[in-house]
Amino acid sequence: MSVQPIDRYVERIAPDVQTAVMENSITATQKRHDALFGDYEDPDKIRRIAGAIKQHTVEHLDRYLPQAEEKLKANGVKVHWASDGEEANRIVFEIMRSKKATKVVKSKSMVSEETELGHYLEERGMECVETDLGEYIVQIDNDHPSHIVKPIIHKNRQDVARSFEREGLGEYNDDPEVITHRARKHLRGKYMEADVGITGANFVSAESGRMLLITNEGNSRFCLAPTKVHIAMVGIEKLVPKDRDLSVMLNLLARSATGQRLTVYTEFISGPKSAAQPDGPEEMHLIFLDNRRTQVLESDCREILRCIRCGACMNVCPVYRQASGFAYRSVYPGPLGAVLSPLLASKFADYADLPKASSLCGACNEVCPVDIPIPDLLLRLRDKAKVEGIKSPGTPPMGMWATMASKPVLWKTALSAGKMMDFFPKSMIPVPAFQAWYKKKDLPEWHGKRFRSWMANRPNPKKNDQPEASEK
Amino acid sequence: MVNLKRKSPPGKKIQLMATCLCDAFFDDVAKATVEVLEYLGCEVIFPDGQTCCGQPAFNGGDWASSRKVVRHTVEVFRGEEPVVIPSGSCTAMLLHGTVLEFEKETDRKQVAELASRSWELTDYIVNGLGINEWPGKFDAKVAFHRSCHTRGSCSGETSLQLLNSIDGMTVVPFGGGEQCCGFGGTFSVSFPNTSEGMGKLKIANVMEAQPDILTSGDMGCLMHLGGLVDRHNKELQRVHIAQILRDALQNGGLIEK
Ligand code: SF4
Repeated sequence: MSVQPIDRYVERIAPDVQTAVMENSITATQKRHDALFGDYEDPDKIRRIAGAIKQHTVEHLDRYLPQAEEKLKANGVKVHWASDGEEANRIVFEIMRSKKATKVVKSKSMVSEETELGHYLEERGMECVETDLGEYIVQIDNDHPSHIVKPIIHKNRQDVARSFEREGLGEYNDDPEVITHRARKHLRGKYMEADVGITGANFVSAESGRMLLITNEGNSRFCLAPTKVHIAMVGIEKLVPKDRDLSVMLNLLARSATGQRLTVYTEFISGPKSAAQPDGPEEMHLIFLDNRRTQVLESDCREILRCIRCGACMNVCPVYRQASGFAYRSVYPGPLGAVLSPLLASKFADYADLPKASSLCGACNEVCPVDIPIPDLLLRLRDKAKVEGIKSPGTPPMGMWATMASKPVLWKTALSAGKMMDFFPKSMIPVPAFQAWYKKKDLPEWHGKRFRSWMANRPNPKKNDQPEASEK
Repeated sequence: MVNLKRKSPPGKKIQLMATCLCDAFFDDVAKATVEVLEYLGCEVIFPDGQTCCGQPAFNGGDWASSRKVVRHTVEVFRGEEPVVIPSGSCTAMLLHGTVLEFEKETDRKQVAELASRSWELTDYIVNGLGINEWPGKFDAKVAFHRSCHTRGSCSGETSLQLLNSIDGMTVVPFGGGEQCCGFGGTFSVSFPNTSEGMGKLKIANVMEAQPDILTSGDMGCLMHLGGLVDRHNKELQRVHIAQILRDALQNGGLIEK
């Protein structure tokens, strides 16, 4: 039986990568749990409130986007609209060219991964330095992030030490503190040379036009302090209606992502530097990126647009833990990616296998700070693939089974016939699903119809007119 | 998913959905379910035309096939009696899955009606019938695997409540309890390597707690874990919770062996 790509990946994954992902995910899941249940009596209630706020927001983007635009403009921010990644990248490039800028420092942002902004700029002769430590390591290794919050969850500190040595950042030393100091020293220079700072935004308030940026390393502040121009690239779903909604979101996001009560840096950005401020960008741009989000909004999977990119669903996901983020072949891995990546892809069929990579255990929904019913969405996408006739390896065909299971006579015949399984050598049974099972594990003895005959032939079935047994 | 706190209508006549796995492999689990329910004074009706809840095709993404089976099931279980099921997973299919795949269908009302009468066994015992403690005796250290499809439903709690109340029984916790065992129905054959990896982790965690018995409300999980245990020549007894409840009654002399 041919195998699903993600399962193939699991079969071949390097043991040290799998161990790193597994251990880091388990720790992150535990921290999240402790932070939420330590501080709140009923975190689920808060998750549901946050989910309702975001659902309301994405369903009313037609109202909140113009409102946000108006506020942003009033705050002195130039607002741009990009329908796809190419357009968003071009807008960035044009701004830079008009400023004769060549050097960018960049804070971690998933939309810029989506549009592959870094490569786009480098191909056009710009220098673009990632300043989040994890993203920086990804960049020097010419690698990809395998997690949306912890880009190098798949690496250990020895890997990082070797990369630093190779890049001429000092002799081999795998002490995390030394590594961090070296990165800091190197990056400080880059901040001072840069013309433009590029960031994403975790939230944008439609009420005030404030952009919210949260980091643990403070690198986004460094991206903005010495540079003259700030460009933020933001997915259109990143809005919240009011500033006060941020209290719910921030409390949940930090706890869900890293088990912190608050990330170390939380920046509220309301526009370019004012006359009273000594530093800060003189010019500020915000690019709202669609990139098929409006199509997602029209689909029956729009709940996925609530996502605040905390990564909790991948940390808890048993499939992600086995497979790592790379198995998902896309910017967004794990349960989030299994829903979002096929929807954002130019060809759904290319990623139609991702929604199958789940046992539908529901752990993702249980931890999601905005209560996205991820298993339901995975199921809808599976149905979509089937309806659109997209072939999927490894999935047993269900048509014949359905006929059997809706005709009791056939069903009972099959129950009797199943007994034959016990008389044949198991390796000769020509059913792919059976073989896929039997390759890995034993099967119990066939007892087809036994219960039925017991039920039909027992001497004294209880009837309701008999006296009731005592209930203790 | 669903979190219903319901009371069962009086009358105590119930329809049993034995589940396809019990129909094919685990007859004793269905038998134990009948014995437990009859002990509680229920009259158990077994609609003979029953087959499967439709979940394999639903999870496999073939909703058209699944709906065909669900329509059959709705027909077979017509009536007013509660439908009691010794499986958290099949119950979740009826409570939630069917409703999802019938969202745009004209007969969604009939499907929702069956959903409103469907109960997982321990949920029915505790919330439906109001039984809070289980009589009898069972000397054992058990590990309880809360199957994933009972997330968000009452069944995890009700199972634990009953197990904990049995004289002689100790429920031992184990690491990674919230993690899936890797069964996932069709998942276990379309993602055999991933499924195996998940199962092995579960088994290692359970065995570290050194229970006498691994129990669960779902034979799917136990069949998958059991298959791995047997293949690798490990020792771990697997018993469905209905069998534990029945055996406790037998050990206490409350019903015949
Ligand atoms: S889907 Fe939910 S849990 Fe996953 S990253 Fe998004 S917000 Fe976090």
